[in-house]
Amino acid sequence: MIVAEQKPLEEIKGLLGEAGRILIVGCGTCVTVCFAGGEKEAGILGSLLRMSTRLDGASKEVTEVTVQRQCEWEYLDAIHDRVTEADRVLSLGCGVGVQALAERYPNAIVVPGLDTKFMGLPVEQGVWAERCAACGACILGLTGGICPIARCSKQLLNGPCGGSAKGKCEVSPEIDCAWQLIYDKLKAQGRLHLLMEITPPKDWRTSRDGGPRRIVREDLRLPVAEKA
Amino acid sequence: MTRQEIPNPKDQIPSSAIPEAAVAPSWDLEVGSGDFHIVAFCCHYCAYAAADLAGSLRLQYPPSVRVVKLPCTGKLDVLMILDAFEHGADGVMVAGCMEGDCHYQIGNLNARRRVHHVQTLLKEIGLEPDRVRMFNMSSAMGQKWAEAVAEMDAHVQALGPSPLRKPSPQRRNARRGDRDAAPAVARI
Repeated sequence: MIVAEQKPLEEIKGLLGEAGRILIVGCGTCVTVCFAGGEKEAGILGSLLRMSTRLDGASKEVTEVTVQRQCEWEYLDAIHDRVTEADRVLSLGCGVGVQALAERYPNAIVVPGLDTKFMGLPVEQGVWAERCAACGACILGLTGGICPIARCSKQLLNGPCGGSAKGKCEVSPEIDCAWQLIYDKLKAQGRLHLLMEITPPKDWRTSRDGGPRRIVREDLRLPVAEKA
Repeated sequence: MTRQEIPNPKDQIPSSAIPEAAVAPSWDLEVGSGDFHIVAFCCHYCAYAAADLAGSLRLQYPPSVRVVKLPCTGKLDVLMILDAFEHGADGVMVAGCMEGDCHYQIGNLNARRRVHHVQTLLKEIGLEPDRVRMFNMSSAMGQKWAEAVAEMDAHVQALGPSPLRKPSPQRRNARRGDRDAAPAVARI
């Protein structure tokens, strides 16, 4: 899932400026399960903003609504009236959700309430860790299901480097050396021979280096007549 | 040993309904009203029973407290506490079982972490963080309940009324009076 974190309240207040009617839009998918921008977080932020503006002596109307997914038009269409009535829309979706709202409602001023961090998973309650960097050409089949692109600080393909010590990365003692994890996993599975293969330099054009990415599935596209 | 009666989940108040159903009628407090209002979220198994015992023992404690019963303080949500402050409560008490004695193992420890989180949120918006406090007591501690309420009441009185209380009718009328250049009293 996409993991995000709420911005500091002061920064959010700065983004909202002098707007009088504020609509907070939560998202019911990834940011709900990472406790950053779901219905509950939208309610908490709404309550804080209402109290904060009253303490500042200002008068603002802050309301909240949460959609199932901010990154699909059909869910955004359901809140048309709420969005168009607001002076400013504070999205608690990931960066995709913020842009979807801004794209669907060109006249609305949409600002982000979250910092989108990474794609990852909760390794324990309250702790999330990065697992995928969306490089566009998955090599997990060669590395025992452990991604050296997302989990090695240097994104090495033929690691580890000299900074690996006692299974930890030199960047931080809290970071496991991905190549140590890969070695241990392949050894346990009796597949260490996979490491004898030298992986050639990666073609980063499938990642961000190739510019904004897009997938077209002709088998799923609607005929032109139906789209109209 | 007889097992304590477990509340039927159907009888529990959903968190979304609590502001309207249980607490809102006494909220929306106004600036200038002399009374202080403290909302106490109490666990069914300990603090609520302790408050009951305090009543049976005819113990005296300040009348500022309004009790909301929870099946366990682990049910407590951050938003419940914020709702109380948003509606003008001067203070919020969260009263759970003694640590290590939670009927649901760790509900009171979860509540303590949430109370701490709310304290950081209150600080962020400029409200005194210790307007919300956590207390622990067993169901046999009627005296402790009375003391906790007295302690919280004294603490909140020292802090003064919540700045989030709504303007009183007199103040509203006074403001309107200023605008209309007419004596406020004529408007009441």
